[in-house]
Amino acid sequence: MKSYRLTHLKQLEAEAIFIMREVASQFEKPVLLFSGGKDSICMVRLAQKAFWPARLPFPLMHIDTGHNFPETIAFRDKMVEELGAKLIVKNVQDSINQGRVVEEKGPNASRNALQTVTLLDGIEEFKFDAAFGGARRDEEKARAKERFFSHRDEFGQWNPRNQRPELWNLFNGKKNVGEHFRVFPLSNWTEMDVWQYIASEKMDIPEIYFSHDREVVDRDGVLLAKSEFITLQKEEKYETRRIRFRTVGDMTCTGAVESDADTLQSIIQEVASATVTERGGRTDDKRSEAAMEDRKKLGYF
Amino acid sequence: MNQELEKEVNEQYLNMDLLRFTTAGSVDDGKSTLIGRLLYDSKAIFEDQMDAVQQASLGSGDENINLALLTDGLRDEREQGITIDVAYRYFATPKRKFIIADTPGHIQYTRNMVTGASTANLAIVLVDARHGVVEQTCRHAFIASLLRIQHLVLCINKMDLVNYSEQQFEKIKDDFEDFSSKLDIPDIRYIPISALKGDNVVHKSENMDWYEGASLLYTLENVQIASDYNFIDSRFPVQRVIRPQSDKYHDFRGYAGRVAGGVFKPGDEIIVQPSGLTSKIQSIETLNGPLDEAFPPMAVSLTLEDDIDITRGDTICKPDNQPTVGQDIELMLCWLNEKKIQVGGKYAIKHTTKDARCVVKEIKYKVNINTLHRIEDDKEIGLNDIGRVLIRTTSPLIYDGYKKNKTTGSMILIDEYTNETVGAGMII
Ligand SMILES: Nc1nc2c(ncn2[C@@H]2O[C@H](COP(=O)(O)OP(=O)(O)O)[C@@H](O)[C@H]2O)c(=O)[nH]1
Repeated sequence: MKSYRLTHLKQLEAEAIFIMREVASQFEKPVLLFSGGKDSICMVRLAQKAFWPARLPFPLMHIDTGHNFPETIAFRDKMVEELGAKLIVKNVQDSINQGRVVEEKGPNASRNALQTVTLLDGIEEFKFDAAFGGARRDEEKARAKERFFSHRDEFGQWNPRNQRPELWNLFNGKKNVGEHFRVFPLSNWTEMDVWQYIASEKMDIPEIYFSHDREVVDRDGVLLAKSEFITLQKEEKYETRRIRFRTVGDMTCTGAVESDADTLQSIIQEVASATVTERGGRTDDKRSEAAMEDRKKLGYF
Repeated sequence: MNQELEKEVNEQYLNMDLLRFTTAGSVDDGKSTLIGRLLYDSKAIFEDQMDAVQQASLGSGDENINLALLTDGLRDEREQGITIDVAYRYFATPKRKFIIADTPGHIQYTRNMVTGASTANLAIVLVDARHGVVEQTCRHAFIASLLRIQHLVLCINKMDLVNYSEQQFEKIKDDFEDFSSKLDIPDIRYIPISALKGDNVVHKSENMDWYEGASLLYTLENVQIASDYNFIDSRFPVQRVIRPQSDKYHDFRGYAGRVAGGVFKPGDEIIVQPSGLTSKIQSIETLNGPLDEAFPPMAVSLTLEDDIDITRGDTICKPDNQPTVGQDIELMLCWLNEKKIQVGGKYAIKHTTKDARCVVKEIKYKVNINTLHRIEDDKEIGLNDIGRVLIRTTSPLIYDGYKKNKTTGSMILIDEYTNETVGAGMII
């Protein structure tokens, strides 16, 4: 008999497409959270596949901290235009101006935690009932138990003890008024899978993922890019290094890695031999071992 | 790395298979240590994670690095020292990518085991070589069998504590064979290991010359899982109708879904249930172009030659091989909620892509999941219980027995007031 076999990447793709279609059918107003990073770029491709040749049946929403790399924003705008998709941008700066949140102080101030408020406000403003996120379970320990359909109460909070069991491919998106779901179609993907998928689908990604020369400051072992958001401390100075970024978070907390990887293939090699997780370069997770869990409980991505 | 080699590595990666497995064992049998070792030895653990574990080990006064901490996820659990929910882990070797559904061994968590087992190709059940087969071993094996996992590996762990004794291994193997003859698992293997010391986990052990089988990792890499899908009985539950309504695709009408069984090709005659309407497949569409065939678990869109009325929840199949269409359905039901099942109670259900409601007509019997005996005099089904139940649905379901097809043979029950998923049903 002929052997019918799908490679692991094709199986992961089929699973993600299935989930996106379930969400589009089970919910009234889904939205895809888009950061311009590689995971959300994959998500957009999967959404295209799920509904082709129709357009995406939901908008994209970007929570803009105002501290993004300019390359990411340029990439975002180009992609959205090519796609003909609808993009909603919510600014953390607006939340600050409205007094909804207070900016952190000090040299390591970050807007990472603040974006939770802007996100929840955005969800409420547009009455979204499901928000796709690109998070993966391999990223962090607290995510290992995350569901594909992650239930959030009316305060947007995640309760690890109150998540619904997920059996087979049956996803229960039923909810009460005011509650919403976060949905993570890439749950079963690893960083390596994402890179391989980008390569096999020949997708574009922002330039900052590739090796380039840039002025950076070494702050406690984390290489931060020169930007108007960073105030040098005594003894600190910028120096030019050959680096790339493994994630596209805020300029204030996303650490660069020294690297010569300037093609997708060389990035994949680098990922394969990496000894530090991609979040290892993020100062926000380092603050405490349970940092991610705490942020998730409050409604983080 | 030179370019040739680089290319080879990438091609290998793109050709990798996927194996999903569950791990179960009683508390302290060494499950976390085993998973930690698999992840560690396959380099799925990175330095920063290892640093965090080292810190935590020091904090809790362990002298050795505690590999188990690599897998104990949430803070609540770390404080209580038990795993309370299914956690998923990932690692890969050049041959396969692995998804581990790590289910806690704690006595009342049948619910988690069922959840983890529902998507698994293989189950690892751990026993402590000193204690042998215990009640929970039987329960875990029974659940694997009930969920129709085709491959079970019984890992006899802590062999280092019984002097790597062949007699002890053989005795446990015999005991388990006795019990498992009552089950329906076609492929059962036995591997003596030490998760702590690494014997027979990744590499074959030098301490057990008498053992002629393969290491655990080798087994996981090579077990044949092709037959886990049904490629005979064609089933395509429609998830969504795609109508672009754009100029270019003005007349396009695609039925999006995931193949649940069999193989579909352009030109195939099809019948849609429950309407009974017939047509032929015109094309199998994807963003990357049309395909010659679609098989499980591919996600595609079918277009048909005739414009017939099809909606989400319908199933496309072949006229000469049809699923059952019916409303009175018998299930093996695993209960997942504190609130007991109510005879006469109404629940929402999800079955393939269809939403419906049902009423529980009768509880036929409850299963003693340690002995597999039927309990006919106590028909109360509560959290973690498994029983045979008759339901009637508000509209016809298009289904197969779970034995024939896991996708068209499974359903979940949902409490209509709390919206919680309360039952997992396998159609008989
Ligand atoms: N001697 C020995 N001890 C082991 C072995 N595997 C696990 N242990 C120990 O048994 C205890 C329980 O292990 P753990 O992995 O936490 O068990 P779990 O509750 O099943 O996850 C720990 O102290 C481990 O170090 C083994 O193969 N040999």
